[in-house]
Amino acid sequence: MEAALSVLVSVFFAVAFYLMLSKHTIRILLGVAILGNAVNLLIFTAGRILREVPPIIPIDHDTPPFEVANPLPQALILTAIVISFSFFAFLLVLAYRAYQDIGTDNTDEMRIAEPANEGLPPMGY
Amino acid sequence: MRTIIFRTVAPNLTSLMVLFSIFVLLRGHNEPGGGFIGGLIAASAFAIYGIACGVSPVRRALWFHPMAIAGFGLLLAALSGVLSLFQGVPFLTGLWAEPHLFGVPVAVSTPMVFDIGVYLVVVGSITSIALALEERDYD
Amino acid sequence: MAGMAGKAVDISGAMVTGPVDPADWLVIAPVVIPVVFGALLLMFRKETREHAAVAIIGLLLLVAADAALLAHVLARGHVVMTMGRWLPPFGISFTADALGATLALTAGVVALVAGFYSIRDIGNTGRRYGFYPFFLLMMAGVSGSFLTGDIFNLYVWFEVLLISSFGLLILGSEHEQIDGATKYAFLNLVATTLFLIATGYLYGIFGTLNMADIARKASAVGPTAPIMTLAMLYFFAFAMKAAAFPVNFWLPASYHTPRVVVSALFAGLLTKVGIYALLRTQVMLFPAQRDIIAELIAWVAAATMILGALGALAQSDIRRMMGFIVVSGIGVMLAGLALASQLGLSATIFYAVHSMLVMTALYILAGLMSERAGSHVLHDMGGLYRAYPFMTAIALVLFLAVAGLPPFSGLWPKVFVVKAALDVGAWWLAFSVLLSGILTTIALARVFALAFWRDGATAAVEDLKPLRLGYVVLVALVVPVVWIGVDPEPLLSLSGKAAADLLDPARYIGAVFPEGGGS
Repeated sequence: MEAALSVLVSVFFAVAFYLMLSKHTIRILLGVAILGNAVNLLIFTAGRILREVPPIIPIDHDTPPFEVANPLPQALILTAIVISFSFFAFLLVLAYRAYQDIGTDNTDEMRIAEPANEGLPPMGY
Repeated sequence: MRTIIFRTVAPNLTSLMVLFSIFVLLRGHNEPGGGFIGGLIAASAFAIYGIACGVSPVRRALWFHPMAIAGFGLLLAALSGVLSLFQGVPFLTGLWAEPHLFGVPVAVSTPMVFDIGVYLVVVGSITSIALALEERDYD
Repeated sequence: MAGMAGKAVDISGAMVTGPVDPADWLVIAPVVIPVVFGALLLMFRKETREHAAVAIIGLLLLVAADAALLAHVLARGHVVMTMGRWLPPFGISFTADALGATLALTAGVVALVAGFYSIRDIGNTGRRYGFYPFFLLMMAGVSGSFLTGDIFNLYVWFEVLLISSFGLLILGSEHEQIDGATKYAFLNLVATTLFLIATGYLYGIFGTLNMADIARKASAVGPTAPIMTLAMLYFFAFAMKAAAFPVNFWLPASYHTPRVVVSALFAGLLTKVGIYALLRTQVMLFPAQRDIIAELIAWVAAATMILGALGALAQSDIRRMMGFIVVSGIGVMLAGLALASQLGLSATIFYAVHSMLVMTALYILAGLMSERAGSHVLHDMGGLYRAYPFMTAIALVLFLAVAGLPPFSGLWPKVFVVKAALDVGAWWLAFSVLLSGILTTIALARVFALAFWRDGATAAVEDLKPLRLGYVVLVALVVPVVWIGVDPEPLLSLSGKAAADLLDPARYIGAVFPEGGGS
């Protein structure tokens, strides 16, 4: 199970990095979304797949009565999902605004903050 | 989207969903549920109300600005941890009290206050994002 | 919700049962105070007139808490508090040592000074967009990063400060800001995602996220392949956050676009959080692995400082030039990390404190200069010395300090880095520190000659804000710079102690696991 999942993680990483190498912000965005999922799956696999039993302790017990899934990676993933989701929402709006304001989604042409062919600083006094 | 059926059902659906979200919030200490998921349910309730009846009725119904609600939730969550200062235990330690309301014991605890804080943060922030996006669509 | 009622459970094995010293609360106070004040500002977001006053009260409390924490750490050693009474490594342990407390205090002071400057710089529009809530939440993220003892918690604080910094960066929504923010946001997101990937692997290998526990377990394992991967991933991720070559280009692309006070805060605080995380992971957690990649770190350091200085030399926009000077300073800090001797590390910590103060002051100065000269391009600036002699004096001090010339605070850490490099025979590293110092001096001397000495027309004064508050803020930053330069002994012994604690994590581990055994 872990082997299959790690192959899946590597495929996700490959797709994400390929998309992020693009010049267009929309493809980079898709890459970021896939990268977030790849990482979540990675943490899940790194925490070992033990059992499909949810780690819930019955009301009259103090410890789980039988072997359960590892809850810690799930807590980490929940945090990471929330964070990557909010980042993705922010980036989506930002990329959309950039496309509206600058008129391109090609990062090579986004040169407002760093204008091209700016020339040299003053050479003499 | 603003059909008569949807507009009639949406307010009832919204109130049911908010009620359900509070149920999910309160059962969350020992069973699946909690502030985060409850907050998401409530936020989607307001989003549905916004889609059906427009954004300004939602803002009127909420009374406070969503970001102010989120700020209050953050404050509540932080202060629920500070409460343990007076008990000589570390930050965010769960403190329990069991007052009897009308003869029924009600367990009140700082984790619950913290969870309510999380609930309000999620409701506030997700609702404000959803309303901002809906405003853009319809104006 | 029944709690533990009516059931006798033995919790002594899982929970802290002893009473907590109220002074230990100081370790969490620098996080709680900005969160509480940020939440208050968020609640009353319409009362923009009171925002600055409330934020400054919060920042004053933050500085007081940071100072008390540092005093407590110096008097009593490491301060540990584990959240919710769960025993480490299960609970999140906030752990303050000399390094974290020193950097947190410096960050607090810089934020307080910037908070005063924001009264002048942030108008009503910026306040309505939520400058002050973002500012305080960013400070919560910065303090949390410096004080947490849990690596996943460190990731969470990184994200807190990153999300708040996005909000600050696009405060005016100008085209230039959106362009800068796009690059800043994407590249920083990739960096934190790499951090998260490394943390996922780390959990898979060690089964723990508590830094003291990791340090203990990693030293027992030695430099095997998976841990080498971890060290490299952390190095790459944090080098990207700290803006080290060749992953530094997001910084000069974005830091000149926001409001002056935002740039000043970012330049002062954010890259230093990356340096702190590098020190923590490379020196304390994976020292054996760091020894193997030391040469790589050294080359990265040399390239960062020289290319940063060359970049500064090539700019005609003074705010963009400051961005490259930040990068150049990062190179000096990385050189200390590469050497990782007692002297090298204390130089890095010393330089981080110096850089926080000086870079904040330089950005504020650049803002005032371009406001008064009516331009931020060197071609059009001039005549500032005749019109503003006091500003010229401050500029001279700051330029000399950042270039590392005596008698100011930048001199000492550079001397120590050079000495530490020569001690191990890395003459080329010492040479690059000196070369980058010379190049920075040339770049800043040109700014001084063109903007201050050259004759030229300055902007008409009538419609500009008064300079008084700007001068007060700059003097508040220049005084410690001069003081540290003249009397470096206190900061030197402090950074030496912090470096010694990093090199020998036994005290850190002992503070988190007092019984010695643990899990």
